[in-house]
Amino acid sequence: MIKFNLTALFIFFGIIQSLGQIFKVDSTSLYQKKNLTFSEANVLTSIYGQTGNHSGVTGGVGTEQLTDFSNTFDVKFYTQSETGIKHNLGLEIGVDLYTSASSDNIDTKVSSASSQDVRFYPSLRYNREDLKTGQTLGTHLSFSNEYDYRSFGTGVSGSWDFNKKKTSVSARANGYYDIYDLYIATGLRANTSNSNRNKGQEGSAARQSYDGSVSLSQVLSPKWQMALILDAAYQTGFLSTPFHRVYREDGSLTKEVLPTTRLKIPIGVRLNGVLTDKVMVRTFYRYFQDSWSMQSHTAHLELPVRLSPKWSVSPYGRYYQQSGNQYFGTYETLPVAQEFVTSDYDLSDLNSIMVGTGVKYNAYKSYRHFSLSNIECRVGYYSRSDGLKAWILTVGGSISGNGK
Amino acid sequence: MNKYIKIVVIMGMLSGCATNKNTAYLSDSEMELNMKRCEKMELNFLLYREGSAGATGGKAGGGCGCN
Repeated sequence: MIKFNLTALFIFFGIIQSLGQIFKVDSTSLYQKKNLTFSEANVLTSIYGQTGNHSGVTGGVGTEQLTDFSNTFDVKFYTQSETGIKHNLGLEIGVDLYTSASSDNIDTKVSSASSQDVRFYPSLRYNREDLKTGQTLGTHLSFSNEYDYRSFGTGVSGSWDFNKKKTSVSARANGYYDIYDLYIATGLRANTSNSNRNKGQEGSAARQSYDGSVSLSQVLSPKWQMALILDAAYQTGFLSTPFHRVYREDGSLTKEVLPTTRLKIPIGVRLNGVLTDKVMVRTFYRYFQDSWSMQSHTAHLELPVRLSPKWSVSPYGRYYQQSGNQYFGTYETLPVAQEFVTSDYDLSDLNSIMVGTGVKYNAYKSYRHFSLSNIECRVGYYSRSDGLKAWILTVGGSISGNGK
Repeated sequence: MNKYIKIVVIMGMLSGCATNKNTAYLSDSEMELNMKRCEKMELNFLLYREGSAGATGGKAGGGCGCN
């Protein structure tokens, strides 16, 4: 896997170097070269922990204890022509390290390889921005790799400004081609002999996801603006989790089986405004419906408060409610004859709350080649109605270029 | 006459201040109609822990083991 990751890194840096050469425009009329200029760099790191007792790996009755250490780093460059066209190029690299007690229950070995893993996900973005018309067109490539999952993604996007930039319309379309190595839980493994039998792998399966999005942003007044976002996502292929167990009503053990297609329609609205000179409000609501008969409502409210020119805090709360899909059943309740079954509580009837706060320090400290923009910290506590509890601490920092 | 000119000039200056302040409100990072950078990590775990996704500017499906 490490060899594979290094290869991917090599390819990405190779692409960046190639693009760097493309953008090194030799302007013959002025006899000067325009190089990529550093725009900004961001680093984000988080630690996440959860406890619960409804793991799908053990049929909805086992531990869900998990810790995840996530890190992303992104860097952006630009070059600008004299005709007002700006080319932006961004590279992001993400690395997650996690330990999972439920994954450890895929097999009977305690603390086996399945209990911990590394997820590596680089992506490369390019967009062309017309500073005169406000039109932006972009594309991206992404890749993700973990022990049993690989994903290749690509997409295009565009945005257009109207009405003196008070109205903006944007659209994007993405496609992901994923490969799932089918690690089967003990008790469900085929009684065949092959080289991967001891590890529980029984081949691979594909999953494709396509999503499209259209959003409309509108300035309502000097202090309020809103956005309406309409998404549609279609997935096809292997949509089950191969190592999830299901115990039927007669006590028999089977695999999780879910349909091979899923259509999701989420609609979101954001409304942000200024309440006083020091207090702002950020709101978000989403309605979601899918072809597995699931519906959900999400409401998010955040109140950023400016304590001083450099310090601000942002307490927030989020409420979520979903009606479970028709294939979900708890331990030993699903009928023997039912074709599609799951005991994954993530797909059950549930509601959750999340509360937390962010603290932001705007540094505005300039050095020779860059400026320290801000440092941000965010902590959140999550509680789900089935007893799952989680917390997350995120720390991020940004630097921006001085145009040199 | 000078009095009226002064009034017009002062009103113009105040109008300019108001415009700058209004622009400042909308360009404040807290007013952005996108998810905050730090929210990205929260969205990652919510993608797994809840059955719905999308309309957040992030993923609506694919690219991870969650469905």
